[in-house]
Amino acid sequence: MNNKLLGKSLIIFSFLSVVLIISALVFMLLEIYLGGRSFLTWEFLTQPPKEGMTAGGIFPAIVGTVLLVIIMSVACIPIGTITAIYLNEYSNKKSVFTRMIRFAVNTLSGVPSIVFGLFGLGFFIQFVGSGMDKIFTPDGELNWGQPNILWASMTMAFLTIPIVIVSVEEALKAVPDDLRAGSLALGATKWQTIRKVVVPNSLSGILTGSILAIGRGAGEVAPILFTGAAYFLPHLPSELTDQFMNLGYHIYVMTTQSTNVEATRGIQYATAFVLLLCTFSLSFTAIVIRYRFRKKLTS
Amino acid sequence: MTEKEIAQKNSLRRKFRLSEFFAEYVIKSVAFLSFAMIILIFVFVFKETLPIFSPQQETKSNQEFLQSETYGEEPGSTSPEQQISEYSSLLSVKRDIADLDNLTGKEWQPVGEVPKYGLLPIIMGSLKVTLIAVFIGAPLAILAAIFSALFAPKKIKELIKPAVELLASFPSVVVGFFALVTLATFLQDMFGWTFRLNSFVGGLAMALAVIPIIYTVTEDAITAVPKYMKEASFALGANKWQTALFVILPAATPGVFAALLLGFGRAFGETMIVLMATGNAPLSSLNPFEPVRTLSATIGAEMAEVVFGDTHYTVLFLIGSLLFIVTFLINAIAEFYVRAKLMKRFRGE
Repeated sequence: MNNKLLGKSLIIFSFLSVVLIISALVFMLLEIYLGGRSFLTWEFLTQPPKEGMTAGGIFPAIVGTVLLVIIMSVACIPIGTITAIYLNEYSNKKSVFTRMIRFAVNTLSGVPSIVFGLFGLGFFIQFVGSGMDKIFTPDGELNWGQPNILWASMTMAFLTIPIVIVSVEEALKAVPDDLRAGSLALGATKWQTIRKVVVPNSLSGILTGSILAIGRGAGEVAPILFTGAAYFLPHLPSELTDQFMNLGYHIYVMTTQSTNVEATRGIQYATAFVLLLCTFSLSFTAIVIRYRFRKKLTS
Repeated sequence: MTEKEIAQKNSLRRKFRLSEFFAEYVIKSVAFLSFAMIILIFVFVFKETLPIFSPQQETKSNQEFLQSETYGEEPGSTSPEQQISEYSSLLSVKRDIADLDNLTGKEWQPVGEVPKYGLLPIIMGSLKVTLIAVFIGAPLAILAAIFSALFAPKKIKELIKPAVELLASFPSVVVGFFALVTLATFLQDMFGWTFRLNSFVGGLAMALAVIPIIYTVTEDAITAVPKYMKEASFALGANKWQTALFVILPAATPGVFAALLLGFGRAFGETMIVLMATGNAPLSSLNPFEPVRTLSATIGAEMAEVVFGDTHYTVLFLIGSLLFIVTFLINAIAEFYVRAKLMKRFRGE
């Protein structure tokens, strides 16, 4: 009798927690949308901040985020995809080398984002950047050895590579071995098989991984706190050595460090909404692609 | 052997092809990059903390750190006489060293006459916020995973999973913003707290960040329980919830444990939420309704303002290393211990 009560309450409570989680999600969305609704105009999206950040739009932050994500993708998508191909196609599952890489990927995905920021500062700026400066500008001029969009993107790429790897590998695993065997039986070499059969059949996985990585890169702030994001810049970044504005960083500084926090609430809400819209539409696309892909496989 | 036979034999042998060789080695070396990355992160985060572990003298002023590019190396190149002379000349300089005494102190006051780098309050802060997040988030996430894996009809299941994935894609800065602006005010109005931003608000917001990871891992663990166990239970006349409670959940316990660990690791390293929502005061109190400062927030808040290479900078890197080690260990335990245990259980002890 007691057990029956336990079972019933298990079902009820588990259902309630689902409801609670989903309503928290919906509530957050609504709250941010309603708070920023009146500020969401075309001008808000296409104009730079004005009057000491208390008016105007977030155009430079949008451009900065897009640039960050593009440079990051150039690094993280190829590396992630190729690593996944190695892990799934070439590697001997039991070899020490493979285990090392797997372990590294798992570890990498668990490293806190702020540690990536520290690493970007210590490695890219202090080590690589300063080293480049020593070679190219021996007179001590700081060029690469300071926070900029390139180092921020590279730091972000480190963070997003595991996401690409996991997603692509899942897609590669789903390619039936019959296809590989068929291709090899027709005389294709291993590399030809991968290029012409395996990769085309897992394109959706590569796409999903890339989209998820981009979504993550657009939303993370901690890694770029001290590797390149700037509070306010009069110009858009035009070179790799420029600093940049960023949507997430914009929200952070506007809510915690700006001179008049209350007066800019609307801007903060609207910026948060724009950022949410970006990451949501990205991950939603990824979910849809993956869903279709899985359906295709099972049918 | 005729020429034709030899040709035939050769054609069956695997030929050496340059492109194949090239492709394999390029792919292999790119794959090696991710291993190199971990090593790089390890080396470069720890390198900056080395001055703490080498014997420190008060003579090691900021100036010296600033000028030498190799402050990661062991000092000791100066002769004792030199050190003594530097000692006397620098006695008036503020005492800015981070030795064991200072690091284990109870106060975190990096800026001031005598900087205090006591890590105790911020370690406590991190643990406090993390535990609150896990205590709130874990039951919700585990129950939700149970519901979607065992009880939910397929249609609803296909709704829950994307919803949780969307929650996972919430940028932490937006969650922090939500906590700072809406949640904190709402809770203060409701309970009349003295401090609007406190560890409970931070922990509650953090729960939103750990729910997706705990949910996903738990759900995987539950669906990984072999079907025969479920069917055997049904065959013995058990109903749905009996099977869930007495057969499937016990079998999935190691996975749930892994989920908890991963959630803990995630919360421990999370930065933006705590930076924005916990008030950032390094108090060492156990009261969850007082402001706290966590390890990650300390780095996030102070790194932008320190001088490269000075003691404060080094201590912040030490905190980073601490975060790295803790999350590394937690992930390693979750990975190895739990996986081994699960495998053993499903193969039959």
